[in-house]
Amino acid sequence: MRSLMTLVFGLSFMLLSQHATADQREFETAAQQQLYYELINELRCPKCQNQTIADSDAPLAKDLRDRSYDMVMAGQSKQQVIDFMVARYGDFVHYQPPMQWSTSILWLAPLLAIGLGIVVITFMVRSQKQQPVTLSAQEQARLKQLQQGADDDS
Amino acid sequence: MSKTTRLLVLFIPLALFLGMTLFLLRGLFSDPTELSSALVGKPVPAFELPDIYDTDTMHTEAVLQGQPMLLNVWATWCPTCRAEHEYLNKLAAEGVPIVGLNYKDDSREKAVNWLNTLGDPYQLNLYDELGKVALEFGVYGAPETFIIDAQGRVVYRHVGDVNERVWEAKLRPLFECLQQGAQPCEV
Repeated sequence: MRSLMTLVFGLSFMLLSQHATADQREFETAAQQQLYYELINELRCPKCQNQTIADSDAPLAKDLRDRSYDMVMAGQSKQQVIDFMVARYGDFVHYQPPMQWSTSILWLAPLLAIGLGIVVITFMVRSQKQQPVTLSAQEQARLKQLQQGADDDS
Repeated sequence: MSKTTRLLVLFIPLALFLGMTLFLLRGLFSDPTELSSALVGKPVPAFELPDIYDTDTMHTEAVLQGQPMLLNVWATWCPTCRAEHEYLNKLAAEGVPIVGLNYKDDSREKAVNWLNTLGDPYQLNLYDELGKVALEFGVYGAPETFIIDAQGRVVYRHVGDVNERVWEAKLRPLFECLQQGAQPCEV
């Protein structure tokens, strides 16, 4: 058991270190490095559905990382790199969808859900308040007595 | 609350449920790996690539203009390309112009060998060793087949193999529409 654990730990460590060394790149400035990592964690691999190009081992993801790196080193801005990718691979390639008619549900759905919740709660509170009060025979008699008393006073 | 409003309220969950069912039912029959090309309606990107047989001969985007044609992205490492090759041979024999884009193949020799043994349905074959031109086309796998009109604009992109079913149902009607010069042609 213990040796198995050691093996698992050892292997996962190897995987980790390999992942870290697989994509060693040299940058001239810290800003370039930051921009590059921002980009590869925001661009989506078209081949692998739900991974960023930083995450994916697909050859296409590597090609897109290479291209992002080249563009960053050539002094292109973040928006320029994203526009370049979107022009070729469509909105799919960017993890932040643009606000347009077909994507509006992403912004509207939470608002609708909150709105619906408020409506439901209002209804429930109202219906609770409007519950008719039923009086027992004793209470009815007392009520009558009070009303008569009030009439006499006026 | 009156009786009718009460009934209506009771039916809200059922209506929501049916709406969700219809919405999710559509998802069952759609293939999320099939992305429509961002290039549809746009001219093919500019490029310069060597011919696969003779790397001294260079081709540009001009080879994709003049008549409606197919641009087929393939490689020898791609099993589905092997599966569709016979059908491409058949289409070529019927007179459909096909240009090949050899995408990041293991080696040029392997690709040439493939064409020599399995037959060459392509009018010419572009050799994209590093996949840089394929990236311009938004290629994300092989095989992919672009339908390009006489003006060199991308009209449609099919992901996956071209077979009898796909050709007859989708690609042929579109391709013949383009050949007749009628506008606009849509799938």
